[in-house]
Amino acid sequence: MSAHHHVEGQLPHEPERATMEGRNKILGFWIFLGAETVLFGTLFSAYLALRHNIGDGPAASEIFELSTTFIATMILLFSSLMSVFAVQAMHQHKVKAMIGWLIATVVLGLCFLGLEIFEFNAYVGEGHRMPTSAFSSSFYTLVGFHGAHVAFGVLWITLLILQILKKGLTVVTAPKIYVSAIYWHFIDVVWVFIFTVVYLMGKVG
Amino acid sequence: MAAHAHKVKRYRGIMDWLTTVDHKKIGILYLIAGALFFGVGGLEAILIRIQLIKPMNDFVGADTFNELITMHGTTMIFLAAMPMLFALMNAVIPLQIGARDVAFPFLNALGFWTFFFGGLLLNISWFAGNVPDAGWTSYVPLAGPTYASGHGVDYYVLGLQIAGIGTLLGGVNFMATIINMRAPGMSFMRMPMFTWTIFITSVMIVFAFPVLTVGLVALMFDRLFQANFFETASGGSAILWEHVFWVFGHPEVYILILPAFGVISEVVSTFSRKRLFGYSSMVFATVLIAFLGFMVWAHHMFTTGLGPVANALFSIATMLIAVPTGVKIFNWLFTLWGGSIRFTTSSLFAIGFIPTFVMGGVTGVMLAVAPADYQYHDSYFVVAHFHYVIVGGLVFGLFAGLHYWWPKMFGRMLNEKIGQVTFWTFFVGFHLTFFVQHFLGLLGMPRRVWTYLPDQGFDNMNFISTIGAFLMGIGTIAMIINVIVTSAKPRNALADPWEDGRSLEWTIPSPPPEYNFKQLPLVRGYDAWWKEKMEGKTEMTPAEPVGPIHMPSPSILPLVMSIGLFIAGFGFMYDKLIVTFVGMAITLGCMLLRSVFDDHGFHIEVEEQEKGVQA
Amino acid sequence: MTTRHVYENVEMGLKRMKRWRFAKRLLPLVAGMMLLLSGCGRADLSTLNPQGPVAQEQYNLMKLSIGIMALVVIVVFAICFYVLIRFRRRKGDKTIPKQVEGNHKLEIIWTVIPIILLLILGVPTINTVFGLAKDYSDDKNAIQVKVIGHQYWWEFEYPEYGITTAQELVVPTGKKIAFDVSSADVTHAFWIPAIGGKTDANVGVSNKMYLEFPNEGVFRGKCAELCGPSHALMDFKAKAVDQASFDRWVAAMKAPAQMPEDAELAKTFENMCLSCHAVGETNSGASAPNLTGVGSRQTIGGILYNDETPVEDNLKEWIKDPLAVKPGATMPTAEDLGLTDEQLDGIAKYLANYKLDY
Repeated sequence: MSAHHHVEGQLPHEPERATMEGRNKILGFWIFLGAETVLFGTLFSAYLALRHNIGDGPAASEIFELSTTFIATMILLFSSLMSVFAVQAMHQHKVKAMIGWLIATVVLGLCFLGLEIFEFNAYVGEGHRMPTSAFSSSFYTLVGFHGAHVAFGVLWITLLILQILKKGLTVVTAPKIYVSAIYWHFIDVVWVFIFTVVYLMGKVG
Repeated sequence: MAAHAHKVKRYRGIMDWLTTVDHKKIGILYLIAGALFFGVGGLEAILIRIQLIKPMNDFVGADTFNELITMHGTTMIFLAAMPMLFALMNAVIPLQIGARDVAFPFLNALGFWTFFFGGLLLNISWFAGNVPDAGWTSYVPLAGPTYASGHGVDYYVLGLQIAGIGTLLGGVNFMATIINMRAPGMSFMRMPMFTWTIFITSVMIVFAFPVLTVGLVALMFDRLFQANFFETASGGSAILWEHVFWVFGHPEVYILILPAFGVISEVVSTFSRKRLFGYSSMVFATVLIAFLGFMVWAHHMFTTGLGPVANALFSIATMLIAVPTGVKIFNWLFTLWGGSIRFTTSSLFAIGFIPTFVMGGVTGVMLAVAPADYQYHDSYFVVAHFHYVIVGGLVFGLFAGLHYWWPKMFGRMLNEKIGQVTFWTFFVGFHLTFFVQHFLGLLGMPRRVWTYLPDQGFDNMNFISTIGAFLMGIGTIAMIINVIVTSAKPRNALADPWEDGRSLEWTIPSPPPEYNFKQLPLVRGYDAWWKEKMEGKTEMTPAEPVGPIHMPSPSILPLVMSIGLFIAGFGFMYDKLIVTFVGMAITLGCMLLRSVFDDHGFHIEVEEQEKGVQA
Repeated sequence: MTTRHVYENVEMGLKRMKRWRFAKRLLPLVAGMMLLLSGCGRADLSTLNPQGPVAQEQYNLMKLSIGIMALVVIVVFAICFYVLIRFRRRKGDKTIPKQVEGNHKLEIIWTVIPIILLLILGVPTINTVFGLAKDYSDDKNAIQVKVIGHQYWWEFEYPEYGITTAQELVVPTGKKIAFDVSSADVTHAFWIPAIGGKTDANVGVSNKMYLEFPNEGVFRGKCAELCGPSHALMDFKAKAVDQASFDRWVAAMKAPAQMPEDAELAKTFENMCLSCHAVGETNSGASAPNLTGVGSRQTIGGILYNDETPVEDNLKEWIKDPLAVKPGATMPTAEDLGLTDEQLDGIAKYLANYKLDY
């Protein structure tokens, strides 16, 4: 409990691991991501079990636009890269650069969300809604859960940017930046699976 | 060292309990709430048994009966057993690993309050007149929107969802705590057995509860947003629910029983004054049980029609669990062997546990034989089996643990005479209630029946079973009387009240000060405290100098956040968007506050420690 | 050192055990168990009184597993009682017992022996799993029966004969009966304990299983999966008759329906009852139980026994208020239907006399 409180300017190389609280936060967050993995794993399983049961609704191959989702994938991958740069900047204690990269992360995240809303909107127009079929329910639940995670991440990182502007980079704020970055990578990885399992496999059959 | 200057408001009385982040107080809160729900679930059980005391009884109707069994099962598993385990975890784990608190004290409080409000939401259904009635397993389509069109199952879905968040947080917290917060020298293979089992249980919670979360989300979407996960007419699959439920549900059984194994290991070892026999094989067996626990869910579905290959595989996998479980049983017996066994209420429950749990275990192996299970499945044989493992296993373990750690939690020894009455009435009542149920099942009585026709050979055994249930009720009342009588006694329990304590919790006062350890102890081996005692020492070697101790601040936010979820739950159920929005806004707003305003905590200075701040 | 210590104790224990005549103490207990087991329940219901090869095979597995498990229980109980008596602490005893870490030999023993026991149990388990999963749905010699669970009654369809009955399954002895089990509403489970284990009646997918009835008789069947308020009352009967009798039954079922003689009553019956129910060939694909020959069934509604109360009275009780007999049943009451007492009596009388001779 007796944390060493470093004065600003004397931050260690990895400020996120400087205190017991910071180390706990990182470990705890990894464990939480373990739980999140199971959560998405179950959503994927449900989707895989139901994806061919389209009832009267459209099939996956009829509605998916690979070009849109490919752009979305690229956007999210780049966003993840921005967050890597942010953490690197943090390790070098370059606060301004870090904030810049974080803003880039958030902006790309917003673009992804915009595309997703655009995409869902188009599906609804084609008669692919939550109550349409078992396929549509499991699709919206899986992809929607991911989208909600992205939205939460955008809000969270925005809040952290504001906090950094106010409080600066300290051993208290650094772990927050770090875990938000792990979170962001995690939802990026989940998206890669969604792109493969839902969209690519959906197009193939 | 800026943090020293912070003045933190410290509350007294009721506000202290509502804002506490101290694991010891949270443990007591879990105990109170768990006991409350245990009482509710127990009352439901008594009503069930009264209804079944004679054939074609009309004490409660068919509808009420189904509500009673659903609420009894759900309450006992999620709202009584789990929180009472969390009570012991909170009260004991940080002490056993030589830590001043858990890794995330704030989350710990949040976990408690979400569990509590989830449980409250579920039980409000009794007053709302819409009670879940599709069984604690809530199999669809019976629990789906078509056949359960009222709000009953909504209470189940949302109550468990909210309570489940609390459990998941607890699992994350204790995993991190045990990995990161152990005292210097306490390697993994020096951890007390109870800590080990809680560690493994936490891992299982982390990997099993999200599955339930998804299941409940899917059911909720089906019920509230016309989704089709389980709606067969639109391509959904009812069997998918069975899979999802049991992929969570079977690990859940081990989440419940492993901590009991841990309690028994501690109690047996202490009261026979002997080192736990085969410690490393116990650890290995625990890990193996947890691992296998994730591989056997489909043995709940032998009659679902998964085909012979799946049934054969899951049969064998299930049988395998008997091996590590057997290792544990024999290790306990050989811990007792050659020991100097003292009979206290705690050790009686632990010793009563061993043969009782073996009986539950062997019927488990019998159930694993898939073709025979076609006969046992969903009959009273199964009811008998899982009550033998959950009551005879977990609840006996809880009673043993509560009597054992009561002095550590409250500073008072429970009355042994009343304790013996508790044990004997509960023990005899338990066997009376559930032993005959094996035969009821074999004679052809299905489970979850609200009544039965006369002249089927069920009458006498049902009567015996009901009498036994009353005895268990008397045992529970005896325990409550014991608690009341004890609370009037002076707080004079010694640090090591059983004199044969072996682990770190017995090195500090009963109850411990807020910060637990004035100086973190240096652990030099397994059974750290016993080792020091045997070398003639009267206290642990400190691992740090005396100094100010940093503590987290109390906070009302966990309570408010949970109330927000509670409100949002109602909004979802009754389709009131504005209510949902207000509830979620409260919760998210609290998260925002928590993130923006850093908790600097406060320090307990050395002088204050000298005065002996008591929790 | 440690090993010897343990072994010495074991030896000492054995001696003491003899001295105490442990077996003698256990005798009353064993006697009590035997008494309990000797009451194996009703021959037409209990799984402990198997009346067919499927139940017999399952019973054999039960006996095998109970035998092995009893062995385990006895060993554990014996050690448990022994240590509790032998190693209890005397008053004021301050001695510290030897702190034993473990014992590899013993630990290997209690790992290996259970594995062997499980192998003994596992092999026949797998054999039987596959044996009972045999599919007779294409077997010419087997009788095909489609079982459909409804809240709270059972429909039995014989696709080979084009007949449908309810609540009372009629099968010939000595033949394999291939069931195709499914549900029309929620999940049920089809279970005739004395003849063989259960299988779930799922919605949308069907399960296959077979049973055999070597002996003539009427066996009790149950629903074993919670399916709503009247789950407890969703009983049915399985009647095994010889082949000749079965053939007569099929012929009687296929014969044209007997309608009430009174034309007015026939009209009422048609309007009120046959909108859901069916008799004979009329209105097949009905949503309620087929009533052909209902008067010769063992029960009305699965639970009102005609040997206890006259069938006509049972029918009256049922038609008057089905919900009083089976809470949650979907059949409307006589009052809701607007049946007069006269009409009710007439219909009950007609149905009571609608008997099949086979």
